[in-house]
Amino acid sequence: MSELRPPAPPRRHLLSIRDLERDDVERVLDTARALAGSLDREVKKLPTLRGRTVVNLFYESSTRTLASFELAAKRLSADTMSVRSAGSSVDKGESLKDTALTLSAYDPDVIVVRHPSIGAPELVARNTAAHVVNAGDGKHQHPTQALLDLHTMREAVGRLAGLQVAIVGDVSHSRVARSLVQALDLVGARALVVGPPTLLPRGIEALGCAMSTDIGAIADADVVYVLRMQAERMGPGEAYVPSLREYAASYGIGPERVRRGQVVMHPGPMNRGAEIDPRVADSGAALVTDQVRAGLVVRMAVLYDLLTVAAVHVPVHAELA
Amino acid sequence: MTLFCANGRSDSLVVEGRVLAPAQGIDEALRVTVTDGVISAIEPGGTGGLVVAPAFIDPHVHLRTPGREDEETIRSGTEAAAAGGYCAILGMPNTEPVVDSAAVLAALLQRAREEALVPTGFMAAISKGLRGEELTEMVELAASGAAAFTDDGRPVESAGFMRRALQYSALAKLPLALHCEEPTLSRGGHAHEGAVSAELGLGAYPPTAESVMVVRDLALADAESRAIHLMHLSARESVAALEHALSNGVSASGEVTPHHLVLTDEAVRSLDPNVKMNPPLRSADDRSALRAALRRGSISCIATDHAPHARHEKEVPFEEAPFGVTGLETAFAALHTHLVVPGELSLETLLERMSAGPARVFGLAEPRIEVGARANLVVIDLDSEWTVTEEGFRSLSANSWLLGETLRGRVVTTVADGRVVLGA
Repeated sequence: MSELRPPAPPRRHLLSIRDLERDDVERVLDTARALAGSLDREVKKLPTLRGRTVVNLFYESSTRTLASFELAAKRLSADTMSVRSAGSSVDKGESLKDTALTLSAYDPDVIVVRHPSIGAPELVARNTAAHVVNAGDGKHQHPTQALLDLHTMREAVGRLAGLQVAIVGDVSHSRVARSLVQALDLVGARALVVGPPTLLPRGIEALGCAMSTDIGAIADADVVYVLRMQAERMGPGEAYVPSLREYAASYGIGPERVRRGQVVMHPGPMNRGAEIDPRVADSGAALVTDQVRAGLVVRMAVLYDLLTVAAVHVPVHAELA
Repeated sequence: MTLFCANGRSDSLVVEGRVLAPAQGIDEALRVTVTDGVISAIEPGGTGGLVVAPAFIDPHVHLRTPGREDEETIRSGTEAAAAGGYCAILGMPNTEPVVDSAAVLAALLQRAREEALVPTGFMAAISKGLRGEELTEMVELAASGAAAFTDDGRPVESAGFMRRALQYSALAKLPLALHCEEPTLSRGGHAHEGAVSAELGLGAYPPTAESVMVVRDLALADAESRAIHLMHLSARESVAALEHALSNGVSASGEVTPHHLVLTDEAVRSLDPNVKMNPPLRSADDRSALRAALRRGSISCIATDHAPHARHEKEVPFEEAPFGVTGLETAFAALHTHLVVPGELSLETLLERMSAGPARVFGLAEPRIEVGARANLVVIDLDSEWTVTEEGFRSLSANSWLLGETLRGRVVTTVADGRVVLGA
């Protein structure tokens, strides 16, 4: 028995924050807030996406993102399937284009893509009729991360407009930073990126943020957002910073660098003792677990937004009855 | 140095219109008669709206032969050249195998004698296997018909080796054409270092990666009193270094591609691998510097760096795609549309930089429109508008930066070494 498909939603894909307007962001955040209520119920499933199929196509390792996309789809009663590149025909050299075409033959409604190369989700979008969600493409964008971070900030601090956010660390290699700066700019918040000169890309202000190499500049921020410092950045040939010790001393977020009233966030996974002191990570100021929980409802909201008619005030509660 | 071509047929035809030969100071409505491949008469009163000019020469073409004949063959590459108005091209040696010995060169020249529609010369490698460690047998290569030496595709990394190559190549009496890139600065770089690469997260390829090598190579060439030709210049700093060297009497020349004259790094926002080149598209400021140098003549050549790639190799995410775009068939039209029509460059200068300029640098006979000269002519309809499509290419590859674009100015006839290779 087939149901009438709803009219096409306003957006086909979520590939980059750059493609979104302020209204889109607020609509998704409002939907997430409404859906958060559903997480507190005993029966955690909503029938909204029953009969729809969500495929997760992950070419990079992931804990949080893959788990939350899978759970998000399941909580909305969609059928889900995860394809990880390792162990698939990608090992036999199958191209991304062919992989997209192959999976599309099963008529998925959504393909969620995580890939080490910039623009991979766009390439998948060109080769499928499904909606495509970017779960992280190289150093470029991680739009659902930015959305869940905004959700976390809004729930914790109560507002987004005028919020001051300091993003600390390896901005140059961070898709999280790129998406977050653009998202903050969209909602009227103010972003400042802080890090050593070798890890702040020249021209980054064009994204809509201020820039500083002085860790002291984070003092005025409402939110201190800490990026992971990868060990690879210090090795021979890379040499972005001389040592973890010097990086932690200059930019590590220890208790002495966090003032009362500031909240601390981290996209995970954390390198305790490197970019973030364990005492800060485990303190009440850290919102890391809130971010993980936010990931689930925000990704539910994103799937919902792509696959159903979007309205500003989503009557999700009507379906819970 | 010799050019090689199939079937030395000689044609007879008449072309007329506005005859524009800037190197000769000709700009007149004339009627040009070609008899058995030689210009036999030039009479006043040519009618019609077409432009007749000395045909073009491209000193930087990747023919992908031997090794990647799926991407281009000598036949298809020279057909593309003919379509673009070229009467001569020089092929690059970064093939499989590399053209680093007289044996490989001889085999290639034999294929050109069998297949080339348009006279084709070949540069040989500076170093064996392009590894930058051992000199090639330059004397024998020159004697066998090499046009010049280059390791293009790769830079000559070691300054010490570069110096040896400059010294030794004096015996071959051929210039070195250099791809200037300091690999430790360009490493991981896929796009010009600027707001676009910062925003997209693409690895940054700063202008200094090119300019420090340009400065180094000019200094070495000056010290050894040898002529060098700087390929595909992209940066303001490189232009400044070249002009400084020229003003000090150094024997140097430079070329620039149509895509560097027309596009900037803004084009990369599309993440279309058909705008991924090495060196990358740079800022509007770099582009202005290149245009000004071209106008002044310190950059004397337009060279397409025609780089065919198999479709499946370019249908990948941007970072995974190989560098390079085709350009033979669209060079004149693209530059006419984007530089001449808006008044950034005169038609005369464009024609000169596409013909006499490259001829002079590489010691080729300059195409001339005069009685007794072998006919090397291009006839252009400046007003004809046409759309660049994959189906329209004579090249085997379609990785063009102009796909889908409408251009103004179309080559309608090409006469190469007395033979009609396009139109008429």
